[in-house]
This record gives sequence, C-alpha cells and structure tokens, in this order.
Amino acid sequence: MIEGVGVRAGLDVARIRADFPILARTVHGKPLVYLDNAATTQKPQAVLDAIARYFKETNANVHRGVHELSARATDQYEAARERVRAYFNAASTREIVFTRNATEGINLVAHSFVRPMLREGDEVLVSAMEHHSNIVPWQIVCEGTGARLRVAPIDDAGTLRLDEFERLLGPRTRIAAITHMSNALGTITPAREIVRLARQKNVPVLIDASQAAYHMRVDVQALDCDFLVATGHKLYGPTGIGVLYGKESRLEAMPPFLGGGDMISSVTFEKSTWNVLPYKFEAGTPHIAGAIGLHAALDYIDGIGLTAIAAHERELTAYASDVLRAVPGVRLIGTSPEKSSIVSFVMDGVHPHDIGTIVDQEGVAIRTGHHCAQPVMERFGVPATARASIAMYNTREEIDRLGRALVKVREVFA
Amino acid sequence: MSDLSDLYQEVILDHNRRPRNFHPLADASHTAEGYNPLCGDRLTLYLRIADGIVSDVSFEGAGCAISKASASLMTDAVKGKSLAEAQALFDRFHRMVTTPPGQSVEDLGKLSALAGVREFPVRVKCASLAWHTLKAAFGNERRTSTE
Repeated sequence: MIEGVGVRAGLDVARIRADFPILARTVHGKPLVYLDNAATTQKPQAVLDAIARYFKETNANVHRGVHELSARATDQYEAARERVRAYFNAASTREIVFTRNATEGINLVAHSFVRPMLREGDEVLVSAMEHHSNIVPWQIVCEGTGARLRVAPIDDAGTLRLDEFERLLGPRTRIAAITHMSNALGTITPAREIVRLARQKNVPVLIDASQAAYHMRVDVQALDCDFLVATGHKLYGPTGIGVLYGKESRLEAMPPFLGGGDMISSVTFEKSTWNVLPYKFEAGTPHIAGAIGLHAALDYIDGIGLTAIAAHERELTAYASDVLRAVPGVRLIGTSPEKSSIVSFVMDGVHPHDIGTIVDQEGVAIRTGHHCAQPVMERFGVPATARASIAMYNTREEIDRLGRALVKVREVFA
Repeated sequence: MSDLSDLYQEVILDHNRRPRNFHPLADASHTAEGYNPLCGDRLTLYLRIADGIVSDVSFEGAGCAISKASASLMTDAVKGKSLAEAQALFDRFHRMVTTPPGQSVEDLGKLSALAGVREFPVRVKCASLAWHTLKAAFGNERRTSTE
C-alpha cells in the first residue's frame, strides 16, 4: 500500500513507478517510456495481486451458491460495487451497474432509456469531440426511429462551444451525451455546467468519464448527471470491467438491456420478472475478477490522491507541450486552456504512423491514428495525429526521451 | 533487432517525398479506393487498361511514408505490364513482405526496398495497401457514361 505519498510536496513518482512492474521492462533494448495511457493504463502490483488472489483463494460464481466460496466471491464482488460507488460518490450501490466497458454502458442507456422514447424528429445531442463509442450507439438508435443526431461544435482550440450547446438543447432533445474529457484533444469539458444547462430544458445527460475518471475527481452527485460511464482499464484496473452510473429513478423506470441469468427474479415460459437494481442490468456471470481488480485499482488511486495526481499530470502536460513545440515542424492539435494529460500533435511532412514506428524503436509508446475520433480529425483537417498521453507514473525524463525521439524522426525524414 | 534504416530506405523516403504518377487519370478504365482503417491511409488508384495491358496507372491519396512510397513504386512497376504479369507481380510482392524476417526473399528490384517492413509486422499492411487496391481495381471496370 502507498501511504503518505502525494501530499502537498507532490507525488513521489519513483515510488509509484516501483509499484508498476511493467515499467521496469525494456522495449527494443531501451527502457520503456509508456505514453499511451489514454488507450489503457498500466496496472500496479496491488491490482495484479488482487486478481491472482481471487482466482487462487476464492473463485466461485456470485449470487448463486450457498457454499462458502460463492458467498465469499459475492461479498468481494459487492464490495467492489461499494468501492465504485464511493469513488464516484453515488448515492447508492443500486445506481452502480457493472458493464464490460464504457461503450457497453452507453449502449445500455441508448437502448434501454433513449430508444423506447424516440420518435421521428427527436434529437440526441453530442459534441464534436466524442469518441466513436459516444457517437455510434446513438446513430444506431436514431436509425429506424427517424430521430437525428445533433452535434455541438468545438472551437479551433478544441474547447466545447457552450453557447452552441445551449442553443442546440431543444424541446425534442431526448438526451445530451457529452464527454468529460476528450481522448483525442485532452480538453476537459465543464460537465457541471453542461448538466445545469440541460436541466433547464429538462434534458437528461450522460457524461462519458472514460478519460476524466483517472485524472480528476468525478462526483456524480455534484455533477447531478443522469448517467455516467467509465471503464476499468483506464483506471489502472483490468480490461473487461466498466461502470455505468444511473440515477436510481432513471434505472428503475428502464427495461433490461440484456436478458439472462442473474437479472431475473422469476422465470416461467409465460413471463419473467426482473431482478431489483442493479442486477436487472447484469445478465449472466459478470467479470468478478475484473470488479475485484478494479476495487484494488481505485484503492490504489485514492491511496495516492487524485488531487496530487491531477497536479502532477497538469504540470507534465504543460512541460510536454513545451518540449513538443520546440521540435521543428511540430504543431499541437488541441490547445484548450482547460486540458490535461493528452498532447496530440502532427509534424510537417511526416505521417503520424511513421512517427509512431520511429519513436517505438526508441522505446517510446505513443498512439498514432484517429484515436476512434474521426470527426475530431476532420474538424482539424488532419487524417490522424500522434498522441502522447500521461498518467501518474510518467516523468519529465520520459517526456525528454519523447522529445529526443522526435528529433530522430526529423533526422530520418530530413 | 530491427533497424529503422531497413524500413526507411532512401528509395522509400524519396518516393514518399516525390511520389511518381501522383495524379488522377481522366481517361482511366479501372479504378479502386484503398483504405486502411487502422491508420486512416487512403488512396485512389487509376488504371488505363487496353488490350490486356496496363498502359497507364496513377494514384492519389494521403498516408504514411510506407504506403505512399509503396503505391508510387507499384505504379512504376506495373506500367506497361500485362494483366497477367501485374497479377504475378502482386503475388511475388505479397510473398516478399509476408516472408518471415531472416529468410531470403526474391529480388524484386526497386520493390525490394519494401522488404524491410517484414521487421515491422504492423506496417506490412501499409506496404500492401496499394497492391490490394490494384487487385480490386482489376475487377472494377469504370462505367463510361454515354450521356
């Protein structure tokens, strides 16, 4: 456990790094510099241990058996739910649904909450910087109902045009689904203000906190959002476990999304009745080990402290922006004053994919491509970007390594 | 260990900087679009095929150095070839870029510059995009408008 780290003096990054076994490895003979955290973060030993311990000591199915292991597995799974509730400050564990990932959470809301009420001429409002996961599910439910997707624009820096968002909230808007932090640009959106504006028009709001949740405190009661989604593997937890928060009154009124075991209270061939919240939305055997791993991950994050993490990452983001700007021919994409942890960029005369390959040879892992946000690429008139994304364990030295690797890119393409 | 200079050979950098046959072809008889969703590489290939001969070929698009250079080298390589020869070249090129590193491959002249992608498995698709587009274009005769 980490204690006493991340107090006012800032993060003890060396100590944090020691908790992440993968950070000690080399890539192409060079120490790994992992700057693809927006895609997925690395896992601390505590998470790996929690998952291994579960399989070694407890493994059983949940909510089913009377035997000891099943009861223990159920306890641990439900303890994970309580941990998630506390992390996001939800009012009740009935409001915390485990999913596979954020994408599944959005699909659940799209199909169970929005689709049943969609009529021709209705609207779903998103922003121009959404991940494909917060675009495509809405297109699917709009198709066939005659509803349409509206898009709140962003400015040239990559900041949401809040005035346009407000203007687009209309009497036919059935939901506003907005990211709290852009995975392609790093822009942090004013989620609380977004919800307040939507409330005035009685529009329910889904917040995509996939990126925000591991960089800053996300409090669903303070935000007052109707729904919020996040994914475990960006929260230093395992893949395959995600979270949907929904206000109890909303979830209560919604039909199930997937049918199967665990989500029913009784089944006959004539009719089945649904289980209580949140189980109504958890059909089939869940990712028990994933939930337990996520529990350990959230403990780890809070042990370090999100305030200290956010301060460290902001400082490092500013440093990275300066380092990248100093490389000849580099242009940053996404320069909102409210941003953190993500630095997207392009380089004159060099395609991002070539940048990615060359810096990889230097042991530096970055993402290149459209980042599952093609409309953002289109907005900025680039086919793709290179993206360095920062987590709590990154250092200035690593940013310097990226900078030197980019100089090497320039040399290759001189 | 893979070496960057195997991948970014001078021939490739040159064809990336100054792609050959990089323009639309107004009187193309065959055309196809190639797209690599992984990296967003996109190219349009134009062919003029007469009497079973690729009499002219050109391309347009945006992509990484490997995909652009490969398309450029390919257009040079297939121009003037018969369909059967071009098809055979596709097969030989495909074999070259998919042979495991360390094993010897056939010398394909300038096209051999792309043999370095074998050391970089995720980049093989970049090198193959133009060739797969060529294959698609062979079966994609452009309808000429009679109106």
